[in-house]
Amino acid sequence: MSAWKKHQIFEKNSLILIVGIVIMISIGGLVEIVPLYYLKSTIEKTEGMRPYTPLELVGRNIYVREGCYACHSQQIRPMRDELERYGNYSLAAESMYDRPFQWGSKRTGPDLARVGGKYSDEWQRDHLINPRSVSPTSVMPGYPFLMDAKLSTIEIENHLKVNAMYGVPYSEEQIASAKVDLLAQAEPDSDAAEAFEERYPGVLIRDFDGNAKEVTEMDALVAYLQMLGTLVDFSLYDEKANLR
Amino acid sequence: MAEYKKEIDQVTGVETTGHEWDGLKELNHPLPKWWLYMFYASIVWSVIYWVLMPSWPLVNGYTKGLLDYSQRAVVTAEFNAAEAERAETGKMLLEASLEEIRDTPELLEFAMAQGKVAFGDNCAPCHGAGATGFEGYPNLQDDSWIWGGDLDTLATTISYGVRAEHDDTRYAEMPAFGRDEMLEKDEIIQVANYVGSVAGLPTRQGVDLEAGKVVYEENCAACHMEDAKGSTETGSPNLTAPTYLYGKSVEDIIAQVDAPRHGVMPAWIDRLGETTVKSLAVYVHSLGGGQ
Repeated sequence: MSAWKKHQIFEKNSLILIVGIVIMISIGGLVEIVPLYYLKSTIEKTEGMRPYTPLELVGRNIYVREGCYACHSQQIRPMRDELERYGNYSLAAESMYDRPFQWGSKRTGPDLARVGGKYSDEWQRDHLINPRSVSPTSVMPGYPFLMDAKLSTIEIENHLKVNAMYGVPYSEEQIASAKVDLLAQAEPDSDAAEAFEERYPGVLIRDFDGNAKEVTEMDALVAYLQMLGTLVDFSLYDEKANLR
Repeated sequence: MAEYKKEIDQVTGVETTGHEWDGLKELNHPLPKWWLYMFYASIVWSVIYWVLMPSWPLVNGYTKGLLDYSQRAVVTAEFNAAEAERAETGKMLLEASLEEIRDTPELLEFAMAQGKVAFGDNCAPCHGAGATGFEGYPNLQDDSWIWGGDLDTLATTISYGVRAEHDDTRYAEMPAFGRDEMLEKDEIIQVANYVGSVAGLPTRQGVDLEAGKVVYEENCAACHMEDAKGSTETGSPNLTAPTYLYGKSVEDIIAQVDAPRHGVMPAWIDRLGETTVKSLAVYVHSLGGGQ
């Protein structure tokens, strides 16, 4: 009956009980969380990932601001029906520069993890202005005001800086020219676009909103949507090396 | 508290736990037996699960379990099996000509089923669930085709898109006659009304259609042809039938001559694969407009 006696120590001293609880929960947490930081299978490196351009980053902020994640997930689960419809299952590495990630937890609308390039800019624009104009049964709200909202360039350098602090590999040059780059990506004929392309090779440079006169929030959101899930080339991805 | 000994509470006749706080005693109501045994069983099950399935993290990896289960391996195998199954019929589809597909119920059924599903997810957003299109997005039910409506042409258009991010994409761009100051405002109004008259649309009063015809022949006929019937070779729309993408009035024609809009159709070959593209071509062809 000595174990019973020892048990009483916890029951009669709340402070010791608290310490005991903390130790037990810590063990559970350590076992479940810590391995995620070092296990190869959870931190797989993937070819093709690059940091968001300033325009995409701002587009992503608009995505978060408008609560798109409430109805759209960005995570293709490893199930056949999802692979058939959306493409390759999502990799953890594909959200490596997402702070916070936009995996979502509910699909009122379709998954958007690989929506980039699936539709034309014009469709994205028409659909965001009034979803019913191209998808008569859609329940998505319209976002026509994005066309009229001139894109704000305030704080964009700091936005990149904070991301860099978290380990996103933005160069000094990219941070310094963030303000110019933010607009240049939506102005394909400008001189700035050329310099921008050198800093971010291979990204889409287009007038995403079809309004050449100014860069709007629509430009940013469509730029973001059009690059979603397009960075990793799955014809080169080694599935066997990353089974789990 | 003293050593535990059995004690029956006088009032309720229930055994106590032996705990006592300031004269208050706790009655012993043990957990129901069924619950308790299920609890024990789940503990046993967890140990079995650890042995069979991937579970415990180690320093350089994790315990893989005797079954060597991997969600990614399972889904990849399922997906590949389905692909192979489709490829078998799909291959026959690829090798078959349009007539053969039409005459072979098995192939036609397969192509129509696959085409319909693929259309619903990938094509309907722009061309509509009934394939009748929207302003700016072509109707696939009618007889009017910008790039041609026979089976092979449809397959090519679906594969590589129009003005898409693909090296083999179809490309045509109409000059911005107004915005880039290639034509005077009057000339644009004249030519737009002439084109409207050819298409049988109501034209503006008092516009010199003959002058419009001259402007047309000098600037437009090279692509849209002398008879304004266009050419599917160069992707120049037929102007004689008012199935215009961007509106069906002379005002819309003026806008399009001034600064044309250019729609984009994505390239689907990399996303969908050849079999699905072929099925889509058969499906779209069957909708009524196929040539």
